[in-house]
Amino acid sequence: MSVVVVGYVPHPRGRAALEHAVLEAHRRDALLVVVNSSRGDALVDEEFVRGDQLRALHDELAASGLRTEVRQPVRGRDVAEELSAVCTETGAELLVIGLKRRSAVGKLLMGSAAQRILLDVECPVLAVKGPPREG
Amino acid sequence: MGISDLLGGFADAITPVNLLFALLGVVLGTAVGVLPGIGPAMTVALLLPATYVLEPTSALIMFAGIYYGGMYGGSTTSILLNTPGESASIMTALEGNKMAKAGRGSAALATAAIGSFVAGTIATLLLALVAPALVQVAINVTTADYFALAVLAFVAVASVLGSSPLRGLASLCLGLYLGLVGTDVLTGQERFTLGVPQLSDGIDVVVVAVALFAVGESLYVASRLRKGSVQVIDHKGSWMTRQDLRRSWKPWLRGTALGFPFGVMPAGGAEIPTFLSYAAEKKLTKHPEEFGKGAIEGVAGPEAANNASAAGVLVPLLTLGIPTSATAAIILAAFQGYGIQPGPTLLTTEGPLVWALIASLFIGNAMLLVLNLPLVGLWVKLLRIPRPYLYAGILTFASLGSFAVNADPLDLVILMGLGLLGFAMRRFGWPVAPAVIGLILGPIAETNLRRALAISDGDLSVLVDSWFSRVVLLLALLALVGPVVLRVVRGRRATPTEVAQAQEEDREVQKAGDREGWGA
Repeated sequence: MSVVVVGYVPHPRGRAALEHAVLEAHRRDALLVVVNSSRGDALVDEEFVRGDQLRALHDELAASGLRTEVRQPVRGRDVAEELSAVCTETGAELLVIGLKRRSAVGKLLMGSAAQRILLDVECPVLAVKGPPREG
Repeated sequence: MGISDLLGGFADAITPVNLLFALLGVVLGTAVGVLPGIGPAMTVALLLPATYVLEPTSALIMFAGIYYGGMYGGSTTSILLNTPGESASIMTALEGNKMAKAGRGSAALATAAIGSFVAGTIATLLLALVAPALVQVAINVTTADYFALAVLAFVAVASVLGSSPLRGLASLCLGLYLGLVGTDVLTGQERFTLGVPQLSDGIDVVVVAVALFAVGESLYVASRLRKGSVQVIDHKGSWMTRQDLRRSWKPWLRGTALGFPFGVMPAGGAEIPTFLSYAAEKKLTKHPEEFGKGAIEGVAGPEAANNASAAGVLVPLLTLGIPTSATAAIILAAFQGYGIQPGPTLLTTEGPLVWALIASLFIGNAMLLVLNLPLVGLWVKLLRIPRPYLYAGILTFASLGSFAVNADPLDLVILMGLGLLGFAMRRFGWPVAPAVIGLILGPIAETNLRRALAISDGDLSVLVDSWFSRVVLLLALLALVGPVVLRVVRGRRATPTEVAQAQEEDREVQKAGDREGWGA
């Protein structure tokens, strides 16, 4: 059974990643593992899906007709480490992530999660850009 | 006295530099009010060493801004996160969070902010009116009376704050003991200095306060860094409708009426009046069905009460030199740092300073209203700061500040030692506020006691010589014995489930509250 992993965040880029991941999973007839992690060290993490958003995500996945699984690890590790761990564990065939435009200075200051994912993860990575100017 | 003094105060407070410090104060205050676990007391303690180079007026204006700002900031987290930023906002969370969940978050924020503004303004006005009158009374207070007042403040703070009177008293004694370290002023004898020469000056208040609040809290947070995060509710809907206003103004006024006197009394700050205000609104409301589901009265009343009591706390501080909350105690330490001794003579000797401080409270209140409502989104963003960074910053600042006071490495050792103590106190549910109040008020009370005894030639009856001290000491006795008697009258100890429930509530407060601000 092949597996497609997608890193999901409740932003346009996360939605774009999810759409492409659903397409890819259909094409490969694969299990879709949706990962939405939080490092859990800030009091508020707006990228961590819960409540209504989580219900909407489950509904959407159910409507896609795929076999899916949602994982929300909170283990104090950053998103690159979590995705890489999930990919290794499931033996994923493809990882889909969303990309955000960053200025050079922003990247210098904040680092780039995407870059770390691209370098760390063993399997092929499909990087999807969100709609322009929305992040 | 009166209007002309207050106008003079405004003239001092409206200089560009002082306005800037007021702005800095309210911004900082709101920020620390929003962040759970960090409160105005910790912030003022951290900033104390840095402000010794400033003019006293500017520094005190900034501290007052922090104090008021903390009250505003706490309501934001209560409403949007159901996590009270400080314990005086617990009641706000009850109805405010329900309102936010029902899509009326904006109205809740608006009634909290405007209510705080209304209450703060009225209460500051009352402060300006009451303070000169009270000074007239206070000027006749003898040293024995003063000692009685200090005892009342000790007992009230220790038995009202925290989960049990015993823990409060233990914490108070700890503070009193730390206040004893150093050279005795009257006899020149060294006390508890362990032969360490640096200790003969006593332990610096800044070091103790920073250690207990900042280091203790940082270690505590580090020890139980809760994984996972809470959900922010969007603030939606219109700010305030005509109907909201109609339902809010009476609770605002009632909250003010409850909050101010409780602040003035040495009964431990803002928690009790917010509880009372909530209960009163619940009883008086025309919409009882909405309580528990998001009634605007339940936000308006307690928020007004906590701000009014914040102003009330300044009355005993400025007229008698008696702090009744942790933040007030640290502000008192700041006064002492500038060589100003708060007490009945403060208003005559340092009149311009006090009036500028009072005027700045009005200005700070107006600034807070402008800052808070439109910028709620920004304040909530603060909560996304990963806590390890936040507390690492606090620890750095704490160490720098403590070292800067005397440039003595021993202070850092004391900082760490007392920091561990602060951690242990939090861990075992000892409130920190009584310790700080004991530390700062203790030496003042001791001086007064010994002066009284010196005058009377060691005759203890001088302590109950005047009616004033008799009444005050009786009140202190009641505050001490009352809770115990009540428990006996009820005829049983708390059942294990009740204890568990109380502990759970404590944890809620701990998790959220600024234990330093009000020592919940």
